[in-house]
Amino acid sequence: MGKTMAEKIFERKVGKPVRPGDIVVAPVDWAMGQDGTTPLAIQSFEEMHGKSVFRPERIVFVIDHNAPSPLESVSRLHDLMRSFAKRFGIRVFEVGEGVCHELMMSRGLVVPGDLVVGADSHTCTYGAIGAFSTGIGSTELAVVMMTGKLWFKVPETICIRLLGELPKGVYAKDVILHLAALLGADGATYQAIEFHGPVVESLSVEERATITNMVVEVGAKAGLVPPDAKTLSWVRERTDRPFEVVLPDPDAAYAKVLEIDCSSLEPQVAFPHRVDTARGIREAEGIPIQEAFIGTCTNGRIPDLEVAAQILRGRKVHPEVRLIVAPASREVFLFALEKGWVEDIVKAGGVFVPPGCGPCVGTHQGIPGDGWNVISTANRNFRGRMGNREASIYLASPATVAASAIEGKITDPRTYLG
Amino acid sequence: MTGRIHKFGDDINTDYIISGKYKFKTLDMQELAKHVMEDIDPGFASRVQPGDFIAAGKNFGCGSSREQAPRALLACGIRGILAKSFARIFFRNAINCGLFVVECDTDRFETGDEVTVDLGEGRVINHTRGFELSVAPLPQVMIDILKEGGLVNYFKKYGSFERV
Ligand code: SF4
Repeated sequence: MGKTMAEKIFERKVGKPVRPGDIVVAPVDWAMGQDGTTPLAIQSFEEMHGKSVFRPERIVFVIDHNAPSPLESVSRLHDLMRSFAKRFGIRVFEVGEGVCHELMMSRGLVVPGDLVVGADSHTCTYGAIGAFSTGIGSTELAVVMMTGKLWFKVPETICIRLLGELPKGVYAKDVILHLAALLGADGATYQAIEFHGPVVESLSVEERATITNMVVEVGAKAGLVPPDAKTLSWVRERTDRPFEVVLPDPDAAYAKVLEIDCSSLEPQVAFPHRVDTARGIREAEGIPIQEAFIGTCTNGRIPDLEVAAQILRGRKVHPEVRLIVAPASREVFLFALEKGWVEDIVKAGGVFVPPGCGPCVGTHQGIPGDGWNVISTANRNFRGRMGNREASIYLASPATVAASAIEGKITDPRTYLG
Repeated sequence: MTGRIHKFGDDINTDYIISGKYKFKTLDMQELAKHVMEDIDPGFASRVQPGDFIAAGKNFGCGSSREQAPRALLACGIRGILAKSFARIFFRNAINCGLFVVECDTDRFETGDEVTVDLGEGRVINHTRGFELSVAPLPQVMIDILKEGGLVNYFKKYGSFERV
């Protein structure tokens, strides 16, 4: 029997054959921490009497979750990260550079075949370019910083074939929301997911990242897309670091194979307060909204702002809706400025906040009011997620969010797509 | 270990355990402990007696990678979690902080039940309702980490994972 991508990446790292369920200690290619998790990692590092870090050039800190700082206590935690990074020569992505996951990929750090850990659950995103990446805790990050290694259980893999083609107005986000509803919030716990088929092949790297980003919402450890020509040119534009692509064997042994025909998929909306509740747009249409949010590591990239601008151009956000936009990175922001998309969105009444996590996790900026309905392009809609337990969050694609912002109620974006 | 049960349902996520709006502000776990489960069970933290357990449904700890979740639970007095299943990152984080996790069928547990957990023997005994469950053992590396009270102490003692 052949091997899956996950098994082959682990085999390469540990230099011996592995099987699902094996516990291995593997060297990692990158370790990442953000401002919500790194301060605790530094505390654990000090408690363990850490003296040095292993390959500081392969450790990255990102100040994105609570940036710019809204409180003096947060400023102190940010400074703790900065001074630790300075002491050991670790790279820091500062306030306003963007969301950690977007930077790890778009700045050409992660390459196909890498094994990456990050103290953030959506680290699974980099599977979009064929890396095995997964979220860890703060103390584990401290241990990885000290030793460059971590123990892993080699996961089984679910193979998902996305067949057919995406209809107009239906996007990667709709696919993964639909999948989350099919599999359930624990449908792939402890497992990896490989994505195959014509739909995933047709998507850009950015759109694939929308899908791999959300695999953790079904409990998966990693989501992987086998690299193709599109991946290679995307990566080579960003780095000259050599790499070796890892592809699954044609006869790989999967825990399960799912085939999903996407040709008749509708725009999807996940209902409060669970991610695995998506239904077709028709069942959500007309629900009034008071806030709309476009951004995050799921949907804050170029194709996302492009479609939002296209829908909002020459139109006005509903007077009772606050539309907030957070580009995933400074580069995305600059590109959107150059293309005139920022102007389109701002003239329509949208508000830009700095590149970063924005209102996603409820620590600052754009906290909804009591009883508000929010429609968001984020990956989570748990009660209280955006900072107010009395608000309800609906999840959808950027097109659906933009159309809904105009109408003041959840709206099928296809009516706006000409 | 013997303690009293606090019962929760399925899919208790890390935002519920400790909301992001608190966790970003401080490293003071006593402060975070006051807000544990606040969004789904107001007043929870004040009802916990040191040494108590949580019994929950499936997928406990889903959501973010925040290690503040198990740490704040420990700081508020919770000693361990019994659940039908756990989300992966929480499962690791809990062990790394010295909070024990047991996968078992929790349907017959109710709030207030007195329960003994024997990880070495792989047994959970519910004294209040008079039944006993046997539970699958954890991977050895996790038992070792738990034995030392968490990953920090494990590393202070062994300096690497080379024992694995
Ligand atoms: S954008 Fe949201 S989900 Fe993504 S890393 Fe930031 S807080 Fe987490």
